[in-house]
Amino acid sequence: MNIVDRRLNPKGKSLGNRQRFVRRAKADIRDAVREALKQRRVSEVEGSERIRIRARTVKEPSFGLSRNDGRKNIVVPGNKEFVPGDAIPKPPPGQAGGRDGSPDGEGDDDFVFTLTKEEFLDVFFEDLELPDLLKTKIKDEMSPKPARAGFSTQGSPSSLNVLRTMRGSLARRMTLKRPKPEDIAALEAEIAKLKKKGGSERRLKQLKAELEVKQRKLRTIAYIDPIDVRYNRFERVMKPATQAVMFCLMDASASMTEEMKELGKRFFMLLHVFLSRRYRHVDIVFIRHTSHAQEVDEETFFRSTETGGTVVSSALEEMDRVIVERYPVGDWNIYGAQASDGDNFRNDMPTCIAALESRLLPVCQQFSYIEVGEKRVGLGFESDAAESPLWHGYGEVAERHRHFAMRRVATPSDIFPVFHDLFSRDAKAKA
Amino acid sequence: MATTTTGTTTKKRAAKKPVQPLFEAPEWGFDTLKHMHDAIEEVAVGEMGLDVYPNQIEVITSEQMLDAYSSIGMPLMYRHWSFGKHFAHDEAMYRKGAQGLAYELVINSNPCISYVMEENSNTMQALVIAHAGFGHNHFFKNNYLFQHWTDADGILDYLAFAKRYVARCEDQFGIDAVEAILDAGHALMKHGINRYARPGKPNLAAERVRQQERTAYLESTYNDLWRTLPGDQRHKPVDEEISELAEKRGGERRALGLPEENLLYFLEKNAPKLEVWQRELLRIVRNIGQYFYPQKQTKVMNEGCATYVHYQIMTRLYERGALTEGAMLEFLRSHTAVVFQPGYDDPRYGGLNPYALGFAMMCDIQRICEEPTDEDRDWFPAIAGNGDALGTLKDAWAHYRDESFILQFLSPKVIRDFRLFAVFDNSEDPAMMVEAIHDRRGYEKIRRQLARQYDIARFEPEIQITDVDLKGNRRLILTHNVHDGRLLQKADCDAVLMHLAQIWGYGVKLLEVDAESGRTLRKHTAVPLP
Repeated sequence: MNIVDRRLNPKGKSLGNRQRFVRRAKADIRDAVREALKQRRVSEVEGSERIRIRARTVKEPSFGLSRNDGRKNIVVPGNKEFVPGDAIPKPPPGQAGGRDGSPDGEGDDDFVFTLTKEEFLDVFFEDLELPDLLKTKIKDEMSPKPARAGFSTQGSPSSLNVLRTMRGSLARRMTLKRPKPEDIAALEAEIAKLKKKGGSERRLKQLKAELEVKQRKLRTIAYIDPIDVRYNRFERVMKPATQAVMFCLMDASASMTEEMKELGKRFFMLLHVFLSRRYRHVDIVFIRHTSHAQEVDEETFFRSTETGGTVVSSALEEMDRVIVERYPVGDWNIYGAQASDGDNFRNDMPTCIAALESRLLPVCQQFSYIEVGEKRVGLGFESDAAESPLWHGYGEVAERHRHFAMRRVATPSDIFPVFHDLFSRDAKAKA
Repeated sequence: MATTTTGTTTKKRAAKKPVQPLFEAPEWGFDTLKHMHDAIEEVAVGEMGLDVYPNQIEVITSEQMLDAYSSIGMPLMYRHWSFGKHFAHDEAMYRKGAQGLAYELVINSNPCISYVMEENSNTMQALVIAHAGFGHNHFFKNNYLFQHWTDADGILDYLAFAKRYVARCEDQFGIDAVEAILDAGHALMKHGINRYARPGKPNLAAERVRQQERTAYLESTYNDLWRTLPGDQRHKPVDEEISELAEKRGGERRALGLPEENLLYFLEKNAPKLEVWQRELLRIVRNIGQYFYPQKQTKVMNEGCATYVHYQIMTRLYERGALTEGAMLEFLRSHTAVVFQPGYDDPRYGGLNPYALGFAMMCDIQRICEEPTDEDRDWFPAIAGNGDALGTLKDAWAHYRDESFILQFLSPKVIRDFRLFAVFDNSEDPAMMVEAIHDRRGYEKIRRQLARQYDIARFEPEIQITDVDLKGNRRLILTHNVHDGRLLQKADCDAVLMHLAQIWGYGVKLLEVDAESGRTLRKHTAVPLP
């Protein structure tokens, strides 16, 4: 007889099977994920997801006898009142609970299971990739990071390594036989005792000499000597920047309705999740603007409306200011996303374009502009008037810069396709 | 339903030698497990004379139990999406609390592997070892079906081989290609058995060698020159074989061994378009399917045997003083839950409980052997009062399957205890008819009907390959012999035929023919996708 403890065996033995299953039901799962996205709250986007897929796609068929045809003899337990010859009426077809309901007599229930967060996001961001251009840039953009590199004999007091220092001190004191305070105290006590009693002169002299030597040693051998001191040493190692900051810019003027803001929010949310998967750390900066711009917290950003005109360049200026102040380009990957209904003072456009092209686009990895709301209806012909001022003005920028992208979004269901479009590998291949 | 009445009472007899209880605390430990096993073995082998494979007890976590569930209870298995699906399903049910996990899982192998869960208490571990390690184990080793159809010595090695082989095929030919064959194989798994011919003793170790030899032979006889000949020579052996057979239409059918009820075997040998590795995959599915063939036919007996054995062992241990009162109570509680049989009108009813029926019949046989009534003497003159309950039971465990066991041993007393009644259900009638109940006129009928209910030929459709038009469009013709007007489920049938057509490479047609009148009731066809 053998007893084997299998509890420590590697976990996830069925992972391969699960991957094959998810792969099998991919098409269904993709639809389900899209559907789920519409229902989700912004804050919930990264959770796991219960997925309902059609039983048909993962059905394992086999030849089986139909329940509804033919003649059956059944033996069942628990007879209470029946005698031979009794007739038991059958429930009318269609109303029978459970299995007999569906037309061909087989259950067609959906198969429900839970996708993990990772699986959900994998499907969610399937085929999406940071644009190639940006990837190379990330690779190149190394920034120095301090990394521990042993110990050194010099450094700033703040990086003093107490443990190492004390270890050196103890070793040195033991080697040089630095007397302990207790030993000296004991000697002194003995001398005092001898003096009092008037013991042998020779002994007293010997003790005094000993005490003198010890006291001298105590004075000359320091408790902590500069040679004991050790500092933590850091080397600056070049590491790719693994943090990103994402700027959310939104028009807060009254022309932006709740629905429009919601659309913008969804886009920001997607971008945030997407960036979170690529970078270790992602900061978000919210900037809202009317005729002037200010950095606000998330709540204010999405909830409050203000009155006032619309000067987009103010937001761009603000973004520039925050970058200069807090996010050195060497350390941070910077992403910009702007949502607006497209209004702007027409004479502000040149300022906007200049700000974008001269200051923001050179430091940004990517900047996307999302125009929310219905496409403006042209008055029977395509004219400049049919396009919003921003759309028109940004059009030129988009032509000159590959990492500037602009899209229109009218309904929540557009968000994902648009996002997909912006980051999909195919789109980049075409570009 | 009173199913816990047995010959042996649980009243404490005066133990001759007071024995130290095996354990007092509820938490098990490896030492306790070992002592427990030894004490149980002493009862099972020493007193009851059970004949078992050596035991291997493996302690696992609940997650590992779910793993084992999803791969049809096997410790190792090739990869397939359907196992992932079952795992997701079982896990969801388990997390919801809608479904508990089994306390144990036992594998018909030599040594006999029983999985026990780490959450079990000491009492449950003892119960599990008695139930699986000795009850099922004895049944596996001695029942004729298992002896004929399975190879306990070779199964683990064969599964390891299958797993490696499938993984290699996935690497070489892609997951999709392998999946297509396995899907088709699984759809036909139930029809991969030669039911009529008694099989030779399976030898799974030889299977591996055979596969290697076949590959080696193909490699050694490979000559690139043949490739330069006009025409596709790759399937030459099969084509040649077939063209020879095609001389005469009648000879053709005979040479192909038609009619053939083992669909997987037929495809493996004769499907014209398959590659060698695809045939091997079908063979793997077929061999594993065959391994489970006896289990389907012995649910009642297998569980009945294991439950009877664990009940006997636990009772005897208690009588010796090796189990404390508390442990015995805990055991009785879970034992009673296991053999509980709700009536047909109970919301918990889910068919006859094989544990309940099996245990009741085993105990009843013991009663008939030891304390027969006049009724028993009439019904079972051969065994009534023979005084050798264990011998009679062992004989039954060895030589019967569910159908024949019930037909032979279901006594009027068990029918009364379960209050069984037989109902006739004709799909054309508006009402079902009660034909027999637990009375003198009904016993025979109930026993016959219940036995048929466990006859594999009744609950699984009888499908054979009857013809193949090799000279014409190569269409494969299957026949379903319809009994009692029970046709196939249409949607499933069409899906399976699709798989079949895909493997065969040409059209497939299935006729549903009434076994009595010979009339064709329904036709299904499928053609392979290009």
